[in-house]
Amino acid sequence: MQESWPKLVGAVPETLILASSSLAIGFVLAIIVALARLSSNRGLSNLAYGFVYIFRSTPLLVQIFLIYYGSGQFRPFLQEYGLWIFFREPWFCAILALTLNTGAYTSEIIRGGMQSVPWGQVEAARACGMSGVLLFRRIMFPVAIRQALPGYGNEIILMVKSTSLASTITILDVTGIAKKIIAATWSPIEIFIIAGAIYLTINFIVTRVVQWTEIKLSPQLYRDRKSVWKTLFGKDEDMEPARQTIR
Amino acid sequence: MLFGALMTIAVASCSYLLGIVFGTAFAAMKLSKNFILNFIADLYTTIIRGIPELLVIYLVFFGGGAVLRTIAKGVFGYGEYIDFPIFVTGMLCIGISSGAYSTEVIRGAVLAVPKGQIEAARAVGMSRRLRFWRILVPQVARYALPGLGNVWQLTLKETSLISVIGLVEIMRQATIASGSTKEPFTFYLAAFFLYLALTSISNRGFVRAETWANRGVRAA
Repeated sequence: MQESWPKLVGAVPETLILASSSLAIGFVLAIIVALARLSSNRGLSNLAYGFVYIFRSTPLLVQIFLIYYGSGQFRPFLQEYGLWIFFREPWFCAILALTLNTGAYTSEIIRGGMQSVPWGQVEAARACGMSGVLLFRRIMFPVAIRQALPGYGNEIILMVKSTSLASTITILDVTGIAKKIIAATWSPIEIFIIAGAIYLTINFIVTRVVQWTEIKLSPQLYRDRKSVWKTLFGKDEDMEPARQTIR
Repeated sequence: MLFGALMTIAVASCSYLLGIVFGTAFAAMKLSKNFILNFIADLYTTIIRGIPELLVIYLVFFGGGAVLRTIAKGVFGYGEYIDFPIFVTGMLCIGISSGAYSTEVIRGAVLAVPKGQIEAARAVGMSRRLRFWRILVPQVARYALPGLGNVWQLTLKETSLISVIGLVEIMRQATIASGSTKEPFTFYLAAFFLYLALTSISNRGFVRAETWANRGVRAA
């Protein structure tokens, strides 16, 4: 147990890099997909819907394998265009798969947020003469992001968990190391406890940061200290009443 | 591949049902006033929803057999090597994780039943058991249906993870086939579309079930 701690903790950066880079790229992708989905262009909207539907209805493991192992079938073709150096790397394939996956899920979250923007606000902005980009940046996005944040918090946690699948294509993240040690020492329960504690810690911090951001973005809902405390450290049920009392 | 698909369906449905059993039990524990039961159920959902499924699978795969052997030796005095069949291991893993999600869905559904109805049922003199079967269960089932549909999708997709411990379902079949034919893309793409078909079909089934369950509800 003593020797496995540092090894497992040492793999935390791998997990975090996988999660954060795919979340960051996936977020940009998600905004584009969400905008395409909501656009009045029928073809564009259907294309975005197809992308989301396909990636949400198949397991991430299939997507990872399809990209990592599947690309091997087109090796000569990829080599010709100089793309093989990317597809050869498990890192690139893992991040590509995770990005596409989270992009699909996040775009739905963002779409939900954007649809919740009251139409009157959009109309008012138009009446003030705001252009499309300005309208999106100043009105739609800030309102939508507040609405979408709790859902996005869940998505971040799902992503942290999903990075464990990268261990199946030889990446040594926390799960990869854990499996290696379990197979070598045959002491699954200890390793499980350590690795599990690592993931739980990461996810605990993520949820607190997301909730803290929520409070920062909508300070008017959390004027007294008690409701802030309840939101950050109380049980799930405590959250709703705390918000409602101020509204 | 089609045999693999059948296996996937079998594992998914078994672990889904197991998950609902777990979910009901732990939801009851979460809703009870007993502090210890509450704590255990909270611990279960927090841990299972907070750590990757793959870790749970490794734990049960590597640790389950050892526990089973200890029990067999200690309780029944059976010293030979035994292990869970791989199907059972897979079912347990996925069932445990799907149970954590079902717990939340069922708990939410129970809370959605208006309190006044339980009071009314008590007022007309229904016993505890009658209240449970006549008032709670039918409504909880209806409220929980959309959430349970989502859990089914999750469960179905999670079964792909059991391929890492060697159960021959869609993914494993695709891996074997691509190993022998050297055409990984073709076979993983086939697996991709099989999953797509399975989720699409079952999604349609759930939509239909929801319409059926809500047939008596007045739509706005």
